[in-house]
Amino acid sequence: MALAQAQLDATEARLSALDLPEGGWADAARREALGRLRAMGLPSARDEYWKYTKPETLVSAKAIAAATLVTDETPVFEDRDRLRIVFVDGVFSPEESDDLALEGVSIDRLADVKDIHWAKDLYGVLEARGQVPVERPLATLNTAFATDGVLIHVTGKPSKPISLIYRHVADESDVILHHVVKVDSGAEATILENGPAAARFNKCMEVDIADGGALHHIRAQGRDHERRAATHMFARLGSQSTFKSFTLTVNGVLTRNEVVIEFTGDDAAAHVAGACMGDGAFHHDDTVFVTHDAVNCESRQVFKKVLRNGATGVFQGKILVKPGAQKTDGYQISQALLLDEDSQFLAKPELEIYADDVACSHGSTSGAIDEDSLFYLRARGLPRGEAEDLMTIAFIAEAVQEIQDETLQEELVTRVQAWLARRRG
Amino acid sequence: MLEIKNLHVKLEEEDKQILKGVNLTVEAGKVHAIMGPNGSGKSTLSYVLSGKGGYEVTEGSATLEGEELLEMEAEDRAAAGLFLAFQYPVEIPGVGNMTFLRTAVNSQRKARGEEEMSSAEFLKVIRAKAKDLKIDAEMLKRPVNVGFSGGEKKRNEILQMAMLEPKMCILDETDSGLDVDAMKLVADGVNALRSEGRGFLVITHYQRLLDHIKPDVVHIMANGRIIKTGGPELALEVEENGYAGILEEMA
Repeated sequence: MALAQAQLDATEARLSALDLPEGGWADAARREALGRLRAMGLPSARDEYWKYTKPETLVSAKAIAAATLVTDETPVFEDRDRLRIVFVDGVFSPEESDDLALEGVSIDRLADVKDIHWAKDLYGVLEARGQVPVERPLATLNTAFATDGVLIHVTGKPSKPISLIYRHVADESDVILHHVVKVDSGAEATILENGPAAARFNKCMEVDIADGGALHHIRAQGRDHERRAATHMFARLGSQSTFKSFTLTVNGVLTRNEVVIEFTGDDAAAHVAGACMGDGAFHHDDTVFVTHDAVNCESRQVFKKVLRNGATGVFQGKILVKPGAQKTDGYQISQALLLDEDSQFLAKPELEIYADDVACSHGSTSGAIDEDSLFYLRARGLPRGEAEDLMTIAFIAEAVQEIQDETLQEELVTRVQAWLARRRG
Repeated sequence: MLEIKNLHVKLEEEDKQILKGVNLTVEAGKVHAIMGPNGSGKSTLSYVLSGKGGYEVTEGSATLEGEELLEMEAEDRAAAGLFLAFQYPVEIPGVGNMTFLRTAVNSQRKARGEEEMSSAEFLKVIRAKAKDLKIDAEMLKRPVNVGFSGGEKKRNEILQMAMLEPKMCILDETDSGLDVDAMKLVADGVNALRSEGRGFLVITHYQRLLDHIKPDVVHIMANGRIIKTGGPELALEVEENGYAGILEEMA
């Protein structure tokens, strides 16, 4: 289908503000991505897939500046034993990062241009696979123009998590990062992500998990109130592999997190979960697409949104069960806790099933804090504010419990409690 | 302990008067029972005293040890020593029973300017009290009332009462939905809490609960008023003749 002139112009305007990195093993993939991007164009407000989230500020030639956050609060994961990989305004910082050597994993920088690299087989490949049946042009833009990122090859079971830490320094920073994670057969690792990355952040992570491998991904998006971010995660799962991803989002003017999961081997499990806390100028979009193309795989999508003062939450989640993907166990729940009448939750849950022996369920709700429960707690002596906080924590619990490591669950819940207490003033 | 004077209450959103001048005094150390037919206003009385929304007090007062309850928030009434054992305990998914109880105990202590209970101390106390009520560790860990049977929910109410050590306990149809054994267990829990300094108001339809929790005074409530007050024998009279006889007699 020919693109409308306006969309062509918008795409070219964005491209004119970018330089295509040249040379090295990723060169061909970048050029190929640029070609694909020109053919599909950047998203516009007319796209069905962008019906609930306005893409303008994510695709504009220039990013809207965002103030960096000044706070005394200790960043999340700070006290944890982990391998720190720090990006300052989207540039890897060797000074602030740990030595990248860790048993069971090899880590390289995308920006270190070499002629040969294992990531060549994956870079832009999983992203391209994720363009069908729905186009995700911002991810393609990312493949073409990413300036930095990490290439993580998990070969064993590293003793500590690999922690990607973002720091936002310049108000107008406009960052494109691309990470590739390859998990070998039987290998297992945890990747943490946190910190404000940029005024505008376009991030793509491609994850390939071989048979029997496992990857745990825990992300905290927060602290930077004026952030605009579009992130994509493309995961391909081999047989008997496990992928678990949880994202906690607090604050942020605009965040769209897309996750695309593809089961290619039997008996695998993928859990994608998120909890977000929005107050005021907050728009948060979780867009998930899970494709079951193998037998006896389990997928779970668990998304909880707490919204107040006019905040908006969006959920677009789809489970596609292809012919032959028998014994699929798919679950999808998206719920919003609306703390006032100004906030809204827009949900589009979808199931598309072409196999006859599957169990798929989905649900979507939005509502206020239950008054009867609130009264019950208050009648036992909990002040209204604390009772509401407790109910809020309870509301997000199902999503938080998707994190395997209980100490991480506790740490993130503590963060949310502190956030709630601050909002109560 | 609890003094209710000429209490008039209507529904907030409807022009419907439910309590039409209730007078009642519960002394410390005493157990008062309120019996009455459906719709007489018994449960409304318990909700209004404990601070549930949706009701409007149009006249009268209710004081706990001289303090006006009706102007306090629900949580302040609890901290002042009022406890309502719910007829229908609320299920709260996601909130652990234990977390909930510890938060409740410490919220009340904090409100009263007392020192909070440490985790270790709390655990020790709750284990002992749970054991008496045949509440196992699993039930303590589960989300509040979620998946509990009717009997478990009521036992959980009594456990909360035992942990919070209120001055004035209101039991709203605690016998509803209980079989004989469960009722006995709950009654034993309540009886264990009877003491010189504590008052009880037991709301029930039936006399059978009062076989286990022996009241000092029995009130009959009908159409928003207490129409008759007597000793335990009044409950037996209801059991034999139903409410109709008393209602006719008072009409």
